[in-house]
Amino acid sequence: MTVAQTPQSVIPKPSLRKKIEELSGQKISACFQCQKCTNGCPVTFAMDIMPHKAMRLLHLGLVDEVLHSDTIWVCASCETCTTRCPNDIDIASVMDNLRQLSQREGVKSSQKNFPIFHSAFLSSIRRHGRVHETEMAVNYALKSGGIAGLLKQAGTGLAMFTRGKIKLLPPRLRAKSQVRNIFKQTRAKE
Amino acid sequence: MNVSYYPGCSLDGVAREYGESTEAVSRILGIELKELEDWSCCGAASAHVTNDMLALALPARNLKIADKVGLDLVVPCAACYSRLKTAEKELLAGKNIEGISDKYQGNFHIKHLTDFLWEDVGEKAILEKVKKPLKGLNPVCYYGCLITRPPKVTGASDPENPESMDNVLKTLGAEVRNWSYKTDCCGGDHILTLPEVAWKLMQKLLDMAEEAGADSIAAACPMCQSNLDSHQKEISQAAGKEYHVPVFYFTELMGLAFGDPSVEKWLSRHMVDPKPLLRQKGLI
Repeated sequence: MTVAQTPQSVIPKPSLRKKIEELSGQKISACFQCQKCTNGCPVTFAMDIMPHKAMRLLHLGLVDEVLHSDTIWVCASCETCTTRCPNDIDIASVMDNLRQLSQREGVKSSQKNFPIFHSAFLSSIRRHGRVHETEMAVNYALKSGGIAGLLKQAGTGLAMFTRGKIKLLPPRLRAKSQVRNIFKQTRAKE
Repeated sequence: MNVSYYPGCSLDGVAREYGESTEAVSRILGIELKELEDWSCCGAASAHVTNDMLALALPARNLKIADKVGLDLVVPCAACYSRLKTAEKELLAGKNIEGISDKYQGNFHIKHLTDFLWEDVGEKAILEKVKKPLKGLNPVCYYGCLITRPPKVTGASDPENPESMDNVLKTLGAEVRNWSYKTDCCGGDHILTLPEVAWKLMQKLLDMAEEAGADSIAAACPMCQSNLDSHQKEISQAAGKEYHVPVFYFTELMGLAFGDPSVEKWLSRHMVDPKPLLRQKGLI
């Protein structure tokens, strides 16, 4: 895990802050650094920038620093920060927008597994209309860790197979094309 | 009672026993679950971190189907519930989603299964079907993140202390333990992307369940149950402490109390075998 660089003296870039505010629809400048988000966050132990500090960096327009952090991926989308923020900032949704931006701009992060996982998940939906868990898990394991990655999951996979939890055949949806259309339409609007 | 039903992708795979027990329990209670015709995936945890419009349009397609049926929509999966509620909120606020917004009425409620069973089916109907009270069983109820959070989306009245599953299990005669980790996070899909982080979160839950004097955990989300049930070996190795805590779907416990013969089949799919505990309590 890398520790993202947080500069000691900065020149604020309000235009970048506004860009994130527009993207997320959230008023980041309302944050008064009470740290409720950080105190309630269950995964700060694995973060390089605490959530309230990420909000402060965004407020100053230091978007790149946050985009390169582990924090945006370590966030588990548990929505505790959003629920507790006294200024009504949907922090989890800001994290979503940062992850979207990171994937769109192909930001190189030390958390490489996440974009691979989401791409495997979404391509399974695009293909079948529903997630085929087995296909998704195999694709993800192969793309993130190669054959070794697949073997690492093999034990759990086998145990699930013997318990009838693994479906070999993909789900069948009559209106698969409708779901494909949704992917096409929304991609055009990105 | 007739309701629309959105099972979600997991109930056909990793959470098969959640799907089967939900259907069995509904049958016993006289509820007809009308599965949405040709439903598709809600986008789960991946659409909302990739594309805002995709994250709305995927669940909205299902809401459009439910809208035509016009019955309340019951959802057993916490993640599906959260995505459907988020899309509903946007649609009702007038958000334009191509091919959906035009004719959308929204004259139905979306309910998570726990709330549906407690608020709409209710104590009396559940109590009437109890054949074998779950005396001596001490579960904690684990709701996870998305049944109640964020309350602006779910409308949960007490997002940090939900009660519906506790109430259902108490009605079945279980001696439900209280704890303050009802809505803490299990790590969700970090189990694949950052497993060490997910293990730590789950270890905390297992420890806190033990501290609360629980002998088992009852869950109402496929991700939560499958995470907690499937990875206790790895957690034990990482923590240097042995964990062996049965993790039920709360509907399996309902089936047990109602005397449904399929209970053993559901339980045989668990990674941590819950049968020794149930035998010890004289429940099977």
